[in-house]
Amino acid sequence: MTGHDHRHDVRSGAVSAGEPRRGFLVKAFAIACGGLASLVPAAAGVWAFLDPLGRRSAAARFIPVAELGAIPADGVPRRFPVITDRTDAWTGYAAEPIGAVWLRREPGSEAVQALTAKCPHAGCSVEMGPGGRCFRCPCHNSEFTFDGAIVAPSPSPRAMDSLECEIDKEGRVAVKWQDFLAGVAGKVAKR
Amino acid sequence: MNGPSATGGGRGPLGRLADFLDDRTGYRALVHEALYERVPGGARWRYVWGSTLVFAFMTQVITGLFLWANYAPSAQTAWESVWYIQHEMAGGWLLRGIHHFMAQAMVILLALHLLQVVIDGAYKAPREVNFWLGLVLMVLVLGMALTGYLLPWDQKGYWATIVATNLAGIVPVVGPSLQQLVVGGNEYGHHTLTRFFALHAGFLPATLVLFLVVHLALFRKHGLHAKQPITRPDAMFWPDQVLKDAVAMLAVMAVVLGVILVPAVRTMLAGGTVDWGHVGAELGAPADPAEAYAAARPEWYFLFLFQFLKVFEGWGATGEFFGAIVVPGLVMGVMFLMPIIGNWRLGHRFNVAFTLGIILGAGLLTALALDEDYCSLWIDKASLADAEKLHEATGGDEAKIAEALGNDASKIAAMKKQLARLEAWRNSHAFLEASRRAKVEAERAVELAGRPERIPPTGALDLVRHDPFLRGPKLFGLADGKDCASCHAFVDPAAADAAARFAAASAANLHGFGTTAWIRGLFDPKRVAGPEYFGNTAHKDGDMVAFVRDEMSDPSKWKPEEIEAVTVALAAEAGLPDPVARPEQVAHGRTLIADTDRCGACHTFHDNGTEPGSAPDLTGWGSREWLVGIVTDPTHERFYGESNDRMPAFGTTMETDQIGILADWLRGEWYRPLGHGPVKAAGAAAVR
Repeated sequence: MTGHDHRHDVRSGAVSAGEPRRGFLVKAFAIACGGLASLVPAAAGVWAFLDPLGRRSAAARFIPVAELGAIPADGVPRRFPVITDRTDAWTGYAAEPIGAVWLRREPGSEAVQALTAKCPHAGCSVEMGPGGRCFRCPCHNSEFTFDGAIVAPSPSPRAMDSLECEIDKEGRVAVKWQDFLAGVAGKVAKR
Repeated sequence: MNGPSATGGGRGPLGRLADFLDDRTGYRALVHEALYERVPGGARWRYVWGSTLVFAFMTQVITGLFLWANYAPSAQTAWESVWYIQHEMAGGWLLRGIHHFMAQAMVILLALHLLQVVIDGAYKAPREVNFWLGLVLMVLVLGMALTGYLLPWDQKGYWATIVATNLAGIVPVVGPSLQQLVVGGNEYGHHTLTRFFALHAGFLPATLVLFLVVHLALFRKHGLHAKQPITRPDAMFWPDQVLKDAVAMLAVMAVVLGVILVPAVRTMLAGGTVDWGHVGAELGAPADPAEAYAAARPEWYFLFLFQFLKVFEGWGATGEFFGAIVVPGLVMGVMFLMPIIGNWRLGHRFNVAFTLGIILGAGLLTALALDEDYCSLWIDKASLADAEKLHEATGGDEAKIAEALGNDASKIAAMKKQLARLEAWRNSHAFLEASRRAKVEAERAVELAGRPERIPPTGALDLVRHDPFLRGPKLFGLADGKDCASCHAFVDPAAADAAARFAAASAANLHGFGTTAWIRGLFDPKRVAGPEYFGNTAHKDGDMVAFVRDEMSDPSKWKPEEIEAVTVALAAEAGLPDPVARPEQVAHGRTLIADTDRCGACHTFHDNGTEPGSAPDLTGWGSREWLVGIVTDPTHERFYGESNDRMPAFGTTMETDQIGILADWLRGEWYRPLGHGPVKAAGAAAVR
């Protein structure tokens, strides 16, 4: 950082033969030193900034969400919160709602169908549609039948995401909780 | 950075693009203007300091922005997010390390730049305004250093900031309001952090950039103030001075990286594994307004001010006002007047002498401050034995000391010196002890934060406050001999000074309470009436002592394997992880304890039918629940009832959860990371 002395207003163009011509190596060395010194903080910053790329979603696991008896066998889905321990960077939350599922049972059947309440279009929360005859997402009006299929025309690229379901001997219903990428045609689990 | 020869011509596609850009922006003239400036007398190393400062500032901006991307300023998230950056994020330790140490490098570079400008007389006409701008920039940098120190919200930053903001409060008239505005209220908390963060990352750097732009523009206007006399031919800024500047920048960065990495490299060379979270900038325990922090010190570059204030200690608030506001204000005032003073005949010499004097004075004060804190490391305490004895005998009473020395004036003077050294040693020792404890607490806080459950939403301070390992010794009164420790010893019987410390206690040793080792000592006829157990209590001549001495020591009444069975059965009640006893041995022991002809004659045990009140219930003896019960109320019929000896019912003075923490600590139950004990050996020994 320097300039010309105020007494001589001489530009480089007027520099005489007395001006030493510096070789390529000197310039390269100056750029290398300055570049290297500046690279260090930038590299450290980018290294830390990229940290989230190395992090994975919690592994998919079965989380109990309801008693079988709480799901009426009338073919109409009921919404249940998914409650489990959750980690958000440095904070650990005990028993927090992390999402919701729609559970449904056909008359006379023990089998439970589980659909995640997260809309596969843009990730809003799917609700019961008007009249209670289908699902509807309030954000962009995607509609789905009770078994999750798209009601055309729909902005959603795919049907609602089904989740694996397990019922233990005591009649507790657990779903294999997983988060899927929104906005794509395929059902792809988040990393 | 290209010279005209590299960009001119415009024959290839690149050249044509350059021509296009130059046509639209005129960048070649700009680059030319920036690079091709004459340096009268040629490039010199003494001109690099300004450039290194700009480089240091840019480093702070870059690392600061990336830190900002991960920092959360609030009382429950500041420490936590910094912990996450330092210990969990890839490269976070390096990012924070560079920011932390470059801040310190910047203070040194500021001093060098100022010194060079004053010595070379670069503040004189026509550069006065630029000198003043430089002084403003200096104050801004120091302000950023001060505000940045608080942001991790650890004990160190928190208590240092309390001192700094209290000093702001002593400014006449506006002081208290100023303090309230900076702190964001009357209490330190969320708004202290949000305000300090806004100052540190917003107001101050934005102001600094404004001043810096004008500073650089004026610098270019007046040109470089060349070192006189000019003996060598002029040179160009590019590449001659740029090369020197770049080498200096790289050197600064190398020093910063060295400070961060050298300890880690040494660990590696010694064959150890490096815990990268502990490399670089320190992170203390979370700020705790309830835990005064004896090791609180400002960052080293403010240590001279801290020491300077001590000069005025006896003067009260006036002294503080004088030392913290008036004198630094006068010094800054003289510096602002330097361009005018410099016009007088001896003015320049005065300015140089003044600046050197201030820097030397600050250095001297820093050395004094360090000496006060660390002198116990080099004062030979053995040489102060006489002074120590005399001090103890007289209680420091001057008349008594004079009498003891036969009123010999020379002896009294010599002794006074020794006594002063003794006090210095003690103060330093207390500081080092506080620093060591602070280190243990910091490491433990980090360990707790790293649990798989992570930090609760209430914050890391909550974890620290409920940690038996940290809190237990304080509740017990281990360090100051209060509370439990005012009667009970807590000493490993294998310790060298165990006997003396047992003798000094007036109730049983609780170290290892609930373990087979502790019970074996109780059943030892030689130890039961010693100070380690009942020797210094009303139970010295009680039924238990008599029972151990007369009955249990008689092999015809108690076979050794029966005593052992009772021992392991009692330890099983406590439920501590002990060498595993055989189930049938425990069952045998339980029968013997319940037996109304043996232990059960006095002690209740499960449903053995003994009337409660004559001796403590042995059901769940030594368990957490049992310990909470006896500490809450030892006079309850389940425990000592009317035969309770002096032990207060702490249920009236302590919260139940605190008694629980105490019980957990006595039982040695606290979180331990896999692979090693809490805070490793040195730390554990330190807290206990």
